[in-house]
Amino acid sequence: MTAEVAPAVSGTVSTEIVLEADGLTKHFPVRAALSREKKAVRAVENVSLRLRRGSVTALVGESGSGKSTVARLLAQLYPLTSGEIRLHGEPVAVQRGWGRGRRFRAYCRRVQMIFQDPFASLNPVHTIRYHLTRALSIHGNRGDDLEKSLADLLSRVHLTPADRYLDRYPHELSGGQRQRVAIARALAASPEVLLADEPVSMLDVSIRLGVLNLLRDLKERLHLSILYITHDIASARYFADETVVMYAGQVVEGGDSETVTQRPAHPYTQLLIESAPDPDRPAVEEKDGGAGEPPSLIDPPAGCRFHPRCPFAMDVCRTELPPRFELGDGHFAACWLYREDAS
Amino acid sequence: MKERILEVRGLNVDYGAGPGSVRAVRDVDLTLHRGEVLGLAGESGSGKSTLAYGMTRLLPPPGVVASGEVLYHLQDGTTVDLLRIRDAELRRLRWSEIAIVFQGAINSLNPVQRISTQLVDVIKAHSPKTSPRARQDRARELLELVGIAADRLHSYPHQLSGGMRQRVMIAMALALDPRVVVMDEPTTALDVVVQRQILRTLVDLRERLGFSVVFITHDLSLLVEFSDRIAIMYAGQVVEEAASADLYRSPLHPYSDGLLRSFPALKGEKRELTGIPGSPPDLRSMPAGCAFHPRCPRALDVCGDRVPLLGQSRDGRSVACWLHPVAVG
Repeated sequence: MTAEVAPAVSGTVSTEIVLEADGLTKHFPVRAALSREKKAVRAVENVSLRLRRGSVTALVGESGSGKSTVARLLAQLYPLTSGEIRLHGEPVAVQRGWGRGRRFRAYCRRVQMIFQDPFASLNPVHTIRYHLTRALSIHGNRGDDLEKSLADLLSRVHLTPADRYLDRYPHELSGGQRQRVAIARALAASPEVLLADEPVSMLDVSIRLGVLNLLRDLKERLHLSILYITHDIASARYFADETVVMYAGQVVEGGDSETVTQRPAHPYTQLLIESAPDPDRPAVEEKDGGAGEPPSLIDPPAGCRFHPRCPFAMDVCRTELPPRFELGDGHFAACWLYREDAS
Repeated sequence: MKERILEVRGLNVDYGAGPGSVRAVRDVDLTLHRGEVLGLAGESGSGKSTLAYGMTRLLPPPGVVASGEVLYHLQDGTTVDLLRIRDAELRRLRWSEIAIVFQGAINSLNPVQRISTQLVDVIKAHSPKTSPRARQDRARELLELVGIAADRLHSYPHQLSGGMRQRVMIAMALALDPRVVVMDEPTTALDVVVQRQILRTLVDLRERLGFSVVFITHDLSLLVEFSDRIAIMYAGQVVEEAASADLYRSPLHPYSDGLLRSFPALKGEKRELTGIPGSPPDLRSMPAGCAFHPRCPRALDVCGDRVPLLGQSRDGRSVACWLHPVAVG
């Protein structure tokens, strides 16, 4: 049996904020046939997030909740509709104006992204050496000894000996090894922030934890701040220091991972946790609730977007959008249930 | 002991023929009892889907069933071997006795036909004597069975959400009151909340209609909760088979143990989890002896030489591992 693990040694986690998103909003215009009406998918609405140095923040939500869009906004792959992204307190806007390319590249050097599908994110006609060399050169980290830099990168992701992997093609590696290469490529830029969009959901169950443990290890050694996007709230509890829950493009709850998973405040988080497979659950447990499905983001419900499915919905929920209510210790929920006092 | 309904004996499935062939399923024995949910768990490439398609004779080329038998016990007490009966006879059994829900409902429904047409078509093809009116009514009834309002009957697949499409697939599988339903990763593409709703519907229907389910998934934690018995596959072999609760409480095979330790828990104390080091073997160059031994933390000398057989132990559990050498031979 293995010993109990403290959640990433919370004492040593610094509070320095590396990347901060404030009021992030993204609308994707949709063209309706035969209609002049302008419509938009409100994919992300007023999302605020903070990524701290040496800490993992999980962004949990169902598919379509906008979590991947948030990652792409943070990576500056899409222009913002409104809101602001700040790196070390400095507003960044690389998508507009002169010198866009240079600014974007400078930003990439500090904020790197890891994609979900390691089968698609590596070029099948190039070797691992090519992938890593290119990343090193582009970001000016080639160093004096390229071979040594390559070996260093691969050893960081535990692919050793390096020469066994460098001249292989992606199809010769397993899914877990490919994802490690993708992580190594991201590290080639020596970034401060990793945006990991479902980094393990395409991998086999038995190797997922290996990759998660690797990311955690990198976070501790390199003091990275990691945004871990997932639909699996149990892995957020395992891996992340803080957890933020999204529903239909909005943040509904956030706080320390242990608090959010053990004492979920928002009815949606509660539903998510009740729905997660749990072998320890008593066999017959019928708690009805959670019927229905996430709303259309073209025409989302007024007020709280969760109210049509919420078992506790009140009148105010149908008309007014709940603000964040603080519940103490950085735990917050955007739900009218916590309006008066949050004791 | 419950009545047996489907028995797989010594099934071997190859991809390709001759020297370049790959054995994707080896020597699989499985028994499905009446009214039970049998979970088939394994990672991608472990042969779980191949097994399901092989035993229902749906395997597309180059897949070939090399040997083995699949005994199906009909309601009138006779037994047929699905791998040897004539095509016409098999066609009579398909869907009315054994139905399949394929992976990915999005791809399994015809996008240019209404749900009603597709449901009615199934009934028409397999029981042509029914009247159009009766077929329509049956289609309506089926949708209600899986929790979709009957007014969605004339919708096109793209007008339904992923969860509803999956429900339509289940409704379609149940159209002819089959006794066995094989489900290949029916909820993988769905969110946890929708997944739970659908599984709840399924469990409820099984109690009402009394069919048996072969449930294929890679998510072991889901199976522990929803199935009666679980068979775990690794590299084409069943390495352990046990009642869900037993498997969860005391897995015998190190691979099952590793799998169970690969899921972070939502409740209880937080443990360091390691997963299983290494990755599944390449079926073209399988290791000698036990296929799992290169990754096994408890491998013995014998594991590298001889293949452990799936033996039944005293308490009705089966495991193929030299750590538990029961009834070898």
